[in-house]
Amino acid sequence: MSESNASATRITPGNALRPEDIAASGVKPTGAVGEYALRLGDDALILAQRLGWWISRAPELEEDVALGNIALDQIGHARSFLTYAGHAWDKTEDDLAYFRGEDEFRSAHLVEQPNGDFARTIARQLVISQYQYDLYSRLVNSADATLAAIAAKAVKEVDYHRDHARQWVLRLALGTDESRRRMIEGILLTWPYVGELFEDDELVTSLDGVAVKPSSLRASFDAEIEALFSEAELEVPDVPASVGGGRQGRHSEHLGYILAEMQVLAREHPGATW
Amino acid sequence: MTTATDTPQDLTAEQEQFDRLIAEDSRIEPRDWMPEAYRKTLTRQISQHAHSEIIGMQPEANWITRAPSLKRKAILMAKVQDEAGHGLYLYSAAETLGTTRDSMMADLIAGKARYSSIFNYPARTWADMGAIGWLVDGAAIANQVPLCRASYGPYGRAMVRICKEESFHQRQGFEILLELSNGTPAQKQMAQDAVNRWYAPSLMMFGPPDEDSPNSQQSMAWNIKRFSNDELRSRFVGMIVEQVKTLGLTLPDDQIRYNDATGRWEHGPLDWNEFKEVLAGRGPCNAQRMERRREAHDGGAWVREAAAAYAAKQAAKRADQRDMTVKAA
Amino acid sequence: MVSGSQTGDDGSKAPSAEQPDHPTAEPWPLWEVFVRSSRGLSHVHAGSLHAPDAEMAVRNARDLYTRRNEGVSLWVVPASAIIASDPDAKGQFFESPQGKDYRHATYYTKSEGVKHL
Repeated sequence: MSESNASATRITPGNALRPEDIAASGVKPTGAVGEYALRLGDDALILAQRLGWWISRAPELEEDVALGNIALDQIGHARSFLTYAGHAWDKTEDDLAYFRGEDEFRSAHLVEQPNGDFARTIARQLVISQYQYDLYSRLVNSADATLAAIAAKAVKEVDYHRDHARQWVLRLALGTDESRRRMIEGILLTWPYVGELFEDDELVTSLDGVAVKPSSLRASFDAEIEALFSEAELEVPDVPASVGGGRQGRHSEHLGYILAEMQVLAREHPGATW
Repeated sequence: MTTATDTPQDLTAEQEQFDRLIAEDSRIEPRDWMPEAYRKTLTRQISQHAHSEIIGMQPEANWITRAPSLKRKAILMAKVQDEAGHGLYLYSAAETLGTTRDSMMADLIAGKARYSSIFNYPARTWADMGAIGWLVDGAAIANQVPLCRASYGPYGRAMVRICKEESFHQRQGFEILLELSNGTPAQKQMAQDAVNRWYAPSLMMFGPPDEDSPNSQQSMAWNIKRFSNDELRSRFVGMIVEQVKTLGLTLPDDQIRYNDATGRWEHGPLDWNEFKEVLAGRGPCNAQRMERRREAHDGGAWVREAAAAYAAKQAAKRADQRDMTVKAA
Repeated sequence: MVSGSQTGDDGSKAPSAEQPDHPTAEPWPLWEVFVRSSRGLSHVHAGSLHAPDAEMAVRNARDLYTRRNEGVSLWVVPASAIIASDPDAKGQFFESPQGKDYRHATYYTKSEGVKHL
């Protein structure tokens, strides 16, 4: 813990913090903090991997650019968190992204869900961006200076992602009959994976003051979603929550395919640099 | 106001004004009178250029999910995203000539519009990301820098913005190849193979030899084009023949030489027959590229309609509220 | 005066386009984008874009025109709301100041060399 605090003078929140700066800082988190950073990094990485697919396929060119920006922000967050996590075990961001097996990933099932149509992607974006926004808003006060610094940069970016998702939820929900049908369907398909995001476990409980307890974010999430849905004339669906387990390495069937694609080239050339 | 109501006498005066602006190497702006052929030529050229940016996203987007490091993934995403932006700048420039983006997009999807045929070649390996950046973007930049001074204002302005952003594209491609060339034997082989495949198509990006490019002369007279196809190609060959040495790779052409008499770089023969075939739609990826664009456009129609419907409803709501306020007052 | 551009910049004088073969409802309207690159400077025209409404237009402008730190403030204006001077009235509009040299300091030569003037 004291090692982490040492970075406070070198990484100032607000200054564009780059993964390279974190790599150069050499600050070594404890194994537990590393584990926690993996969760944050893996969510961002898998989401970026999903969103990257949209570039060249979006409903309008302006939206190619918008989704591209969001994916780029997420990959930036992933690199920062994974670089920091890697320091706990003398691994690089790429060791972690490309050479871990499926059960070593710590992403939530939500970000692994397929893109589906634009409405389903927006539903997923709505949930993850609200969650990440609340999470990073708290994480800026973490006792771990590096996590706090990454969160300080990330929170402004995910605030924009949240706005983007909300704008589209309104348009799709209140646009045409077709878009409304699709928006409702997208929300239905997404909601089983909401619960997992807010589950506490031993790791986060043990990191009091460093990690943000997911359960503490639920009330804000519900209030925000409720307010938006009331404006969009939508209802929070009553669907059974899926059993999660992503934080413990038990993933949806989708992750295997995501990793197969993401890791194929790096694994063909182990030890190579790019 | 428009040409339909102009008397022949006005036309002559307008033509004189246009000719004078071109002769002074000044700029033509959207509201100026311009010969119909000038408008048509520009609309065709700028929209083809925009289509090329948009279709050109595909071969590289193909590797975003498989990029072998997170840094490369971020760079590639940013680059492909830039291309969407460049397409947008160019469509905007073309729109000032009186054709809407919708109708240009409809032409592209209907297979009536052309785009740079190089994007109909497949990006088979990661090294293609390097070769596309170095050779394809390199050739594009060589072509585009003079276009910053194109006589049509909006086109030149779009090109200035694009050229500024493109310079990172070529460098990142060069660095991908350099990294591969200094890597494992398998990586180096991958890099050489990519250069071998992209070399000739990138030279053909400059268009047919001058003697077979009848439209070029008029474009040069109008100050749209500043250098001939062969001039630009030769200049490009001169640049890459040096750069390839730094890469530690070779170009698949043993006939490259500098001709002292003409002051030009010369290269081996290019297969113009293949060029025509690909242009005519019989390249390796034409069908795939068109299918993907069509899917994105048609598949996104419901989203665009939803946003338009929402905007209309909101506008109506605001109008209602205004009415109520007026009545209340 | 000419107003109501549907095709960007100030190109409303252009002949209207042919209808596309398979139009998909109403296309999103066109917006002109102005960027203030730093405090103390004016907003300058950067280009245009399409968006369904003002809220999305300003967001699209942020995504498209400030990817490289180009701005600290944005304006978006419906292209159809821009009123432009008529290029055919160039003479009556812009030639009058010619010949009025006395509006420029350089016209006054006798005071040359006098300090602080």
